[in-house]
Amino acid sequence: MKRFPLPILPTTLWLLAFLVVPSAIMFGYSLLTRTDLAQVGLPWTLENWGRVFGYDALFQEWVPDNLRVLWRSLLVAAGTTLLCVLMGYPLAFFIARQDERRKNLLLLLLIIPFWTNFLIRVYAWILILRPFDLVPSLTATFLGMVYALVPFFVLPVYSSVEKVDWRLLEAAQDLGASPVRAFLTGVFPQTLPGLVAGVLLTFIPALGMFVVSDILGGAKTALIGNLIQNQFGQAGDWPYGSALSFLLMGVVLLGLWAYAKSAGQKGLEELI
Amino acid sequence: MFKGKRPRELSADAAVSVVDVSKSYRGAGGQETPVLRDIDLDIRRGEFFSLLGPSGCGKTTLLRLLAGFEQPDAGRVVIGGRDMTGVPAHRRPVNTVFQSYALFPHLSVADNVAFGLKQKGVRGTELRQKVERAIETVQIGAFGNRRPDQLSGGQRQRVALARAIVNEPEVLLLDEPLSALDLKLRKQLQVELSNLQEELGMTFVFVTHDQEEALVMSDRIAVMNGGRIEQLGRAEDLYERPRTAFVANFLGSSNLLTGQVAEVQGTEAVIQTEFGPLRTVHGAGLSVGQSVTLSIRPEKLRMERDDETEGNEVRARVDDIVYTGAENQYLLEAHGQRLVAFQLNTDIGADEDFDYDEEVALYLPPASLVVLEEGP
Repeated sequence: MKRFPLPILPTTLWLLAFLVVPSAIMFGYSLLTRTDLAQVGLPWTLENWGRVFGYDALFQEWVPDNLRVLWRSLLVAAGTTLLCVLMGYPLAFFIARQDERRKNLLLLLLIIPFWTNFLIRVYAWILILRPFDLVPSLTATFLGMVYALVPFFVLPVYSSVEKVDWRLLEAAQDLGASPVRAFLTGVFPQTLPGLVAGVLLTFIPALGMFVVSDILGGAKTALIGNLIQNQFGQAGDWPYGSALSFLLMGVVLLGLWAYAKSAGQKGLEELI
Repeated sequence: MFKGKRPRELSADAAVSVVDVSKSYRGAGGQETPVLRDIDLDIRRGEFFSLLGPSGCGKTTLLRLLAGFEQPDAGRVVIGGRDMTGVPAHRRPVNTVFQSYALFPHLSVADNVAFGLKQKGVRGTELRQKVERAIETVQIGAFGNRRPDQLSGGQRQRVALARAIVNEPEVLLLDEPLSALDLKLRKQLQVELSNLQEELGMTFVFVTHDQEEALVMSDRIAVMNGGRIEQLGRAEDLYERPRTAFVANFLGSSNLLTGQVAEVQGTEAVIQTEFGPLRTVHGAGLSVGQSVTLSIRPEKLRMERDDETEGNEVRARVDDIVYTGAENQYLLEAHGQRLVAFQLNTDIGADEDFDYDEEVALYLPPASLVVLEEGP
């Protein structure tokens, strides 16, 4: 019998206690019934899962509001990620190409906001955006999300730009490639692992984010995160909330699986 | 040394003309550090030309100026008769084999080799044939589909070479391409590279800090030091007639002797040194009383046992013996100075081997005593 690798025992126990077991409990909840406010009990039922996909208790009517919210959440997350890429990718290069002293200063500036509570920073955006009459709106949600997630995109990209072998840029130019073409052949592929990591670190949190849309977005632009939060808060419907959580988790895992599949084994290694 | 700017005619058979080029780098403190000073040279079409010097001598900067990765502060670079001032790297008719190879890691060997041609718009059958031929030329035909990280250092070097020559550049620039390889492979590739250059008839500009490599491969060599060209010429000329102490010691090793000119007769001169008067046949242009430095290669010193004096002899004592296989290197002491003599190991253990502390007569042939332009 193969011996269990002892060094990873703490991590294994941690993940078991705080990921595997809670997830199993949540999955169990999603198959149970709400007996009272924030109470869960028998009997077993598939009703929550039916509601997640828009069916009523008897699976007769179909009103896919949840799926619409999910779709909107996907769009907002994708838009946020795109904006983060457009702003963060050049920024990562800018920082990486400074001298050592300025580099550290700029990285520090990037991280300093984390010293203030996230909730307070999002409230600060209300003050900033109110004069422009933007709160609540989807635009404000976008602004807040990009603001919150840009550092998570910049840092992994920065670390791969740091390692870029710039001689490949010269090699491409030497072989007759125009500056743009030389960048795409010589440099861009080298930053791909960082780019993928940055996109995942932006897209996945953006998909589940509820604080920003709650405070800056208002009721009309609720996202899947708000919906789930509501079930565990005001609505007190834990079984339904659990089922919604698993829908979100399923979408994320499906996305990761599709990426790993298309990028192959090597892509997965780079990703991790 | 030439001083001041003189307009010069560009040689018609020059593949590359570097005209009065200077270049400085701005250091961290803001001060300018000159890297190249008044470099002026012509590289002939179809020759194997080497830039040889220690690290920091400016040879790589000069190569980068030819490639277009750097711009000169002053002077011009002319390639194939066309002034390259302001022409970016991707529009120059040159290709580079980089020291680190700089292969594209995400492309296969064949795609790496095809890259340059694709930029020029070559497609289809022509592209495939040219790539195949280049890969065959450097003998890596079997590896076309591999990625660079699946190749050994020597194979990568060949890919880098194929990727450059496939474009048929007017000038091929090679930046210490063999320095990362082990000795045996390096020697083998030196020969292959020389042969390839002859076959292709392409102009090669080869940067190296390895004097032996430069001697073996080059038609002509420019020895660089401190941003200047110390001496430029054929390998034999540089070795047999070094003009400066730097060249005498950078290419092989030398014994340097100082003295005053005592007598000049045509090309012959007698130099009064601390070892006594020494005759040289390289005395043209010297004047009596002038201080000069003489250089003589260790292998040109003849060690003898007999006491018969025929002139140009120095009494010396064997201080140390270094056995290097093909030759014995004798460290000798004469008049408080150290001299080095190499004797070919023709017959190990025979009488001609000298012993520690043995007194010997050193014969310094007049033809081998070279007068340097400047002191050590």
